Amino acid sequence: MLAPVLHILPLTTIVRERTLPVAGKVNVNVNQKVNPTDVVAEANYAREHVLLDVARTFGVSTKVADAMIKVKQGDRLTQGAVVAENGSFLSRSIKAPRAGRVMVAGGGQVLMEVGDARLELRAGLPGTVQRVIPERGAVIRTVGALIQGAWGNGRIDNGLMTSLIEKEDDILTSAQLDVSLRGSIILGGHVRDPETLKAAAEMPVRGLILSSLHYSLLQPAMQMRYPILVLDGFGVIPMNSTAFKLLTSNDKREVTVNAEFPDRYSGGRPEAIIPLPVSGEPDEPEDYVPFAVGQQARMRRSPHAGRIVTITRLPAGLSELPSGLRAPAAEVRLANGDTALVPLVNLEVVG
Amino acid sequence: MPPSLIQNESVLAIEIGAAVTRAVLFDVVEGQYRFVASGKAPSTAETPFRNIGIGVRAAIGVLQEITGSRLLGQDNNLIAPSQADGSGVDSVVAIISAGPVVRTVIAGLLPDVSAQSAHRLAQSTYARVVETLDLSDHRKPDQQLDAVLRSRPDLVILTGGTNHGASRSMLKILEAVGLACYMIPLEKRPMVLYAGNEQLAVDVQELLGAHAGMLKIARNLRPSLDREDLGPASAELASLVVNLRQRQLKGLDELNMWTGGNILPASYAQGRMIRFLSRQYESTRGLLSVNIGASATSVAAGFGDEVILRTYPQFGLGESLAGLLQHTDLEGIMRWLPLDIAPNTLREYLYQNSLCPGTLPATSDDHAIAQAIARQAMYLAVRAARRDFPGRGQTSKDLMPSLDLIIAGGGAVSDGLSLGQGLLMLLDAIQPVGILPMLMDQNNLLPLLGVAAVRNTYLPVQVIDSGAFIGLGTVVSVVAAAKYGEPVLRVKMTYRDGTDARVDVKFGGLEILPLPSGQSARLSLQPLQRADAGLGPGRSGSVTVTGGALGVVIDARGRPLHLPSDSVRRRELIKKWHYTVGG
Repeated sequence: MLAPVLHILPLTTIVRERTLPVAGKVNVNVNQKVNPTDVVAEANYAREHVLLDVARTFGVSTKVADAMIKVKQGDRLTQGAVVAENGSFLSRSIKAPRAGRVMVAGGGQVLMEVGDARLELRAGLPGTVQRVIPERGAVIRTVGALIQGAWGNGRIDNGLMTSLIEKEDDILTSAQLDVSLRGSIILGGHVRDPETLKAAAEMPVRGLILSSLHYSLLQPAMQMRYPILVLDGFGVIPMNSTAFKLLTSNDKREVTVNAEFPDRYSGGRPEAIIPLPVSGEPDEPEDYVPFAVGQQARMRRSPHAGRIVTITRLPAGLSELPSGLRAPAAEVRLANGDTALVPLVNLEVVG
Repeated sequence: MPPSLIQNESVLAIEIGAAVTRAVLFDVVEGQYRFVASGKAPSTAETPFRNIGIGVRAAIGVLQEITGSRLLGQDNNLIAPSQADGSGVDSVVAIISAGPVVRTVIAGLLPDVSAQSAHRLAQSTYARVVETLDLSDHRKPDQQLDAVLRSRPDLVILTGGTNHGASRSMLKILEAVGLACYMIPLEKRPMVLYAGNEQLAVDVQELLGAHAGMLKIARNLRPSLDREDLGPASAELASLVVNLRQRQLKGLDELNMWTGGNILPASYAQGRMIRFLSRQYESTRGLLSVNIGASATSVAAGFGDEVILRTYPQFGLGESLAGLLQHTDLEGIMRWLPLDIAPNTLREYLYQNSLCPGTLPATSDDHAIAQAIARQAMYLAVRAARRDFPGRGQTSKDLMPSLDLIIAGGGAVSDGLSLGQGLLMLLDAIQPVGILPMLMDQNNLLPLLGVAAVRNTYLPVQVIDSGAFIGLGTVVSVVAAAKYGEPVLRVKMTYRDGTDARVDVKFGGLEILPLPSGQSARLSLQPLQRADAGLGPGRSGSVTVTGGALGVVIDARGRPLHLPSDSVRRRELIKKWHYTVGG
């Protein structure tokens, strides 16, 4: 059976596609070096639309109205620009209520997009542009440490990482956050109160990397303007030991936190990337591999959710679990030496 | 193809669920179609696999191991048709419930007429209505346009106007939808289903044909003000949903080739099968099918020719878990638990498991929590669907109508539960009334038979007649106004050999009279205190009942089922009921 792989790697090649949700302009070229904050692509999009019903306003047929329309698709109009005129003795006109662009002109109507907003797509990681996706973005390649998590609040930023975690089951509180941490990415444990998120926002920090989050903080976390990367999930879950060791050993390094909201169908997964200078490029990691004895795996569900275990045996066929269910399972060894029989679907291989 | 030409062919039926992919083989054994075996594997629609083909091949691999026949060739492609050496299959059909929830915009005319019918139509599939436009909407056209664009629809259902009825207002809505589609990037344009005034079909094609992701025009779902006809529109909707899934899920194109286009959404296939069974077995009171899975809980009820199909992604046991508390309070779930756990533990459970929906409970406590959640999800789904059931056979608005049969399937009721526990879950969640047999669809065959019937009409009948479903037993549910412990029913069951079993049933009790599968017996019921045991309030009588894995189950726990508010007492009772049905 194939296992999904959770990437917690000290050194790997990371390739990420960054794309705009709408067509725009790409600012980078192949082989160009980029920093995380570089704008690799940008687009203007309309927040709103204005529909001007020429036929109805003038009380004429659509065909007649079309002849009165003075603009065409793609025209940029200033506020007050004449959109249509009836040309009669007492000439009346329809003017653009706001500045904008004509999207459609015809059928007796004019549709304008107004309230232009600019969308800037940042590289999100330092690296080299491997491929340009016309009008959409680029594929960026880098080498460094990669730590994937379970949940993110949809934000992205980078900065110097400061570790405030000493043990895997530490709790991060607002009392630990002082002004010296301004502009840092904070590595912490479990967060259980909204004050901690608020204190981090007031600092402000550039991001939080946490072991787990109290379920009630899901909505407040979504409202924070800095990225929050939750490694192991909701509830009081200690940080998995592999991520703990890797992150704490990279204290005071530059880190990019892409706290992408997990989307199982589009493939989005929140992660932290620590770029590292190397002479050669390691291989890209596999996203799934067959289960095998000796692999390190992370438990995805209780009991021991978030713990790193070693697969010691893979019984053939179906195994009867303590729950009474029968499923393909693995015997695993926990860090304290205990063993447990767990369904294979509850494991993701770390690598 | 006429049925005579496709008889005697082996059929591989594939189910792509959100959590599990299943490969099921049907073949002809001694002149009759039989369910041969089922292989399952974790689904691979989601990250990191993002190709359903991996899970399909893994499930077929397990099926090969079980049957010993080779279905995949050296190149890992399906062997079709079947070969002289016994390898391969003749035909393939598939159902799918995997995929993100279908974001749906409804555009209709009258909010209480066509728009409401469109909402009901949307509920037949894995949809969530994210925006509604109708005549009661006083937003300006450009505001409506922006609302549609912001809602990022996958699907638009357009309805309104009786045939030969309103057209001007409908044309305005068509223009708004057409404009919205035009504004959406080509690769993201929504599928559009038009099921309104049939006189406007040409205008619809003209206005929307070039701008929709795909356009289907169905018969008007509201041909007149007093008549709703969802059937033809739901068939077109099913086809659009499969097309949408092909756009969203890698590997489905290949499966579509294997099946020759015979892929249906799982809940639609379930509804088809309930319609078929309802006709085949000439059900007078109605059939109910409930399926609870990771992507949704679906309820299909057949009342003669009328089928009510409701699909509730919000009551699925996968990624929707975190949102379940928007539809129920915590106590609604806690009441089913035999364990004493803190409310926060349950909340954490819901949030954490929504992050990893394909996982399984490894411990008995974890399993007990999963079962309590499944009970409440099923309870909510059945209760919501019941609102649209016709009134016949219903003794009270709070109760289920009297039915002829209940069939239940889905991982939550069939995996890891004893048959007794499965039955208890169904009794708790569905709370049937009257006297009826209950079946367990352990291999989730019902929807697969629904899609297989498209190719071969003999197959479902013969497979069902061969006993592919497990008969749990006949349930007698007692409706009574009595105090806990008061006698409400005297029961005497006379077996075919003349022996009998008697029991006095007290209110609040659950009693089991053994009656093996395949046997029947005469059941005499004498209600006390005007209790209703399915024959009418206070009415005595005898009925012939069939046996099952549990036998005959007398459920006198009340309808609706009221659990004690004292949590200690409630947990004791739940444990007692579990013990009664075999632990």
